[in-house]
Amino acid sequence: MPVSGAPYGQHQVVLPEPFDESLKDAPIDLETRLEMFRKQHEIRQLEKRIYDLFLQGLVRGTSHLCIGMEATGAAFGVALRPDDYSFATYRGHGHTVARGVRPEPIIAELLGKATGLVGGKGGSMHLTSVEHGMLGCYAIIGAHLCIANGAAWSAKLRGTDQAAVAFFGDGATNIGAFHEAVNYAANYRLPTIFVCENNLYMEYTPIGEVTPVTHPAADRAPAYGMDATIVDGNDADAVYLAAQAAIERARTGGGPSIIETKTYRHGGHSRADPGTYRPDDEIEAWMGHDPIPMYHQRLLDLGVGEDRLAAIVQEVAAEIDRATEAAKSAPEPSDEDLWTNVWADGGSRWRN
Amino acid sequence: MAELTYREAVAAGIAQEMRRDPSVVFLGEDVAGAGGVFKSTSGLLDEFGPDRVVDTPISEQAILGAAMGAAMTGLRPIAEIMFSDFFAVCWDLVANEIAKTRYMTDGMVGCPLVIRSGNGGGLRFGAQHSQSVENWAMAIPGVKVVAPSTPADMVGLMAASVRDPDPVLLFEHKALYPTRGEVPDGEIVDELGKARVLREGPDATVAALALMVPRALEAADLLAADGVEVTVLDVRSLVPLDTVTILASVSETSRLFTVEENPRLCGWGAELSSIVAEELFWDLDGPIVRITTPHLPLASAPKLEDLALPDAARIASTIREALG
Repeated sequence: MPVSGAPYGQHQVVLPEPFDESLKDAPIDLETRLEMFRKQHEIRQLEKRIYDLFLQGLVRGTSHLCIGMEATGAAFGVALRPDDYSFATYRGHGHTVARGVRPEPIIAELLGKATGLVGGKGGSMHLTSVEHGMLGCYAIIGAHLCIANGAAWSAKLRGTDQAAVAFFGDGATNIGAFHEAVNYAANYRLPTIFVCENNLYMEYTPIGEVTPVTHPAADRAPAYGMDATIVDGNDADAVYLAAQAAIERARTGGGPSIIETKTYRHGGHSRADPGTYRPDDEIEAWMGHDPIPMYHQRLLDLGVGEDRLAAIVQEVAAEIDRATEAAKSAPEPSDEDLWTNVWADGGSRWRN
Repeated sequence: MAELTYREAVAAGIAQEMRRDPSVVFLGEDVAGAGGVFKSTSGLLDEFGPDRVVDTPISEQAILGAAMGAAMTGLRPIAEIMFSDFFAVCWDLVANEIAKTRYMTDGMVGCPLVIRSGNGGGLRFGAQHSQSVENWAMAIPGVKVVAPSTPADMVGLMAASVRDPDPVLLFEHKALYPTRGEVPDGEIVDELGKARVLREGPDATVAALALMVPRALEAADLLAADGVEVTVLDVRSLVPLDTVTILASVSETSRLFTVEENPRLCGWGAELSSIVAEELFWDLDGPIVRITTPHLPLASAPKLEDLALPDAARIASTIREALG
């Protein structure tokens, strides 16, 4: 029996706290907010399209969608500088879009096409775009926290003020690599920002059933001499403010940060999971705590016209449609592509 | 020309590259202030300072992650995994991340880094500090694997590994650290993927790696006393594998013996045997014979460890018996 005392399936329901309406007055300019609005829509519409393509049998393998969790990626995507580094997980489509990667190469990658972001060799779980600072999506839990430290160390040695951000889920906080990485970053005061998107479920099991602390990332921070910030991960403004503070700290030699964002995935863990292990009242409450309609209303409250917002949503939709058609009609990789890019010489020979 | 120990050659090779290229950095457990638990990295902290020579916590995943992230963003890291047995706690970084990144990104991201590690037995350290794990490494597409056997090769292959744009696992044999050898003056840069013929004889080709190289040479002396003259090859590099040199030798001698310290199953000699069997079968005058450590964990007791590892007497008697 875990310390929570709750047997599997009878865990304590974790409901969202109401949105903090005072954030309407946060010192965030309107252009920044509109960019966060756009990015959240880019992410959601892309994820919905991927889901549709999966149901049509066009996306194979697996896909881990972040519908409901868009605000964290979008806010960081706006807060980061183009030369900062992002490291994400297998649930990384949103973080990739947030750095400015367009939907077409992402959809093409998921459809296994030659025009895919990484030529069809990575797939849903391994999107990477160096020119956008997106240094990869990693499918083995925890590793990329350690790798983000390396990029942060490199930035420090090269004398730049770049930051490296590692996004990960609540489940990652129980793997050794998390603890190795946070200790390491804290010890060398690396400009690494650890962002735990706590969606309450590691995969199928509630994080509270397997973790003896309430906030799986933030509550561990004091063990490494660090403070942590806990924010509403469904409020882009809240995440943006936390991101700004952490980025400033990273750039000025203040060392690493831990941010835990409270969020919820609308769907299951991956395409094979309908998420039926979650209580109805919990789902209902979190569906009502959706980042996108809330942010829409906040912008209306700030005086932005409905037509302006609708135009953004429409532009995004049009691009997703164009991207889908282009990706569908793109060629598959060639036979020769199988053999390329194991080594820096472009080939794969292991003997002479 | 200077005489260096294999241990000194490690530091010499790293220092040569750190002097040449300011992007070369070095990290690992006890490598800086203590100069390494095998004293193979003494002096590097003094010369290059704590920004470039870093003592890390006992966190092998953090070490290799730091090396990988740094390599992806413009540095040329050398990471030490103190004992190669410890690869077992950070193999994710090697096998899933470092090795596959270039392919998974279709060439967009490379990991030019070196992981050097103390490998092999003979020091009575028992089963968790004595393994030869080079065959773990060569089983993974995307990493290069080298294992120098002399001080000169250590410097040259270290330099070649640091300069290589792909990740290289460099296995140092712990039992070779006190051995001595001539190292040429000036900059030394070797080439990955080149085996070396150390001794030539018409009766058989004996392919060996790391500590097994001096033992194979000693066996060749024993055989020569009986009138059997063998060629001894130092394989040096498992990935890339210099099949040209090896196949050329076997086509002349018509017999192949591999001398491997790894436990028997799936050792590098098995791959080599397979290549020779496929490509030179009709040139062979007899079966290929693998001389290996048995498929056992290594024991600590000197008598038991010595029984397990191939030594010159066993190598010579196996070859003598096989040649008839």
